[in-house]
Amino acid sequence: MKKVLLLGVFSAVFLLLGVPVLFASEGAVGPEAIELFKWIAIATGIGMGVAAIGTGIGQGLGVQGACEGVARNPEASGKILTALILGLAMIESLAIYALVIELILLYANPFMKYVVG
Amino acid sequence: MEHPLLWLDFITTPLYDFLHNAFHLKDNNHLNHVTYMWFYMIILILISIIVTRSLKLIPGKLQNFLEVVVGGLRSLLVDTMGENGMRFFPLMATLAVFILVANLGGVIPGFYSPTANLNTNASMAITVFLLTHIVGVKVHGVKYLKQFVGPVWWMAPLMIPVEIIGHLARPLSLTVRLFGNIFGEDLVLLVLLFLAPFLMPLPMLGLMIFTSVLQAFVFTLLAMMYISGAMEEAH
Repeated sequence: MKKVLLLGVFSAVFLLLGVPVLFASEGAVGPEAIELFKWIAIATGIGMGVAAIGTGIGQGLGVQGACEGVARNPEASGKILTALILGLAMIESLAIYALVIELILLYANPFMKYVVG
Repeated sequence: MEHPLLWLDFITTPLYDFLHNAFHLKDNNHLNHVTYMWFYMIILILISIIVTRSLKLIPGKLQNFLEVVVGGLRSLLVDTMGENGMRFFPLMATLAVFILVANLGGVIPGFYSPTANLNTNASMAITVFLLTHIVGVKVHGVKYLKQFVGPVWWMAPLMIPVEIIGHLARPLSLTVRLFGNIFGEDLVLLVLLFLAPFLMPLPMLGLMIFTSVLQAFVFTLLAMMYISGAMEEAH
């Protein structure tokens, strides 16, 4: 009974913490703003997708090399793990660069003030 | 973007209003990264003072834990930079521990990661960048420029722009990597809370903890490798 109560309290906290952030501000948007939003949506979707393809292939090759290295020489697994984690983070950062561009386009677009009234 | 709902808002909202009115600041709800950076700094300094005030030969629990942390960081530093690199241990260990605490603080609901803001990350990355060049000049003198020339002297017109761009890309990549990871996980948690707030954010919280620890490790490791690369002898 106490565990269910604790679970209920945690989920209520999560719900309540999510709610105040969702109040978006409405404003009057013209047709050129809708056009801009459309192209932004297409650009972010394709851009992030292409970045994910390259990241997937690159990290897959890295993990392949690491698994083969550990299979040949299980004693060196500590050093191989360190090199693997570092390599994965470096490759991941390329997808993160693409993600940052998407976030800028979506949320901090410098051209938004010219089209939104 | 709307600013989040945080525990320290009781203190910061009157403070930001006061600063906005007194110093005519432009916007007063984008200072959370400074507030939380000081918050985590005060927590870490208090813990360090409490532990080092009475060091025992047979350590208690907190001292034991901190000894494990410091010992782990020291072995990582000596593996990467050699025994010669121990003079950089305060900076590297501070970066590691601060980034770890700052990243993990954002996982807790109601707290904010200062590393989810570009300014905090850029300050740390620019510090590391300036330190690499200062250390390179101190160790090598004018011969530090030989590292930019490349293996043979007649490839210099090709190698110098490449090396300069590569060096300038390092603080940028350090900053954006940490910012993108931590801000991205904040945003994904936000979206997941909007879509499915009951129990579904739990795997995302696990992923947030993992990437927080990993990004702290990667930032520190890259900083060590850049500085040891500036200190090492020629190719």
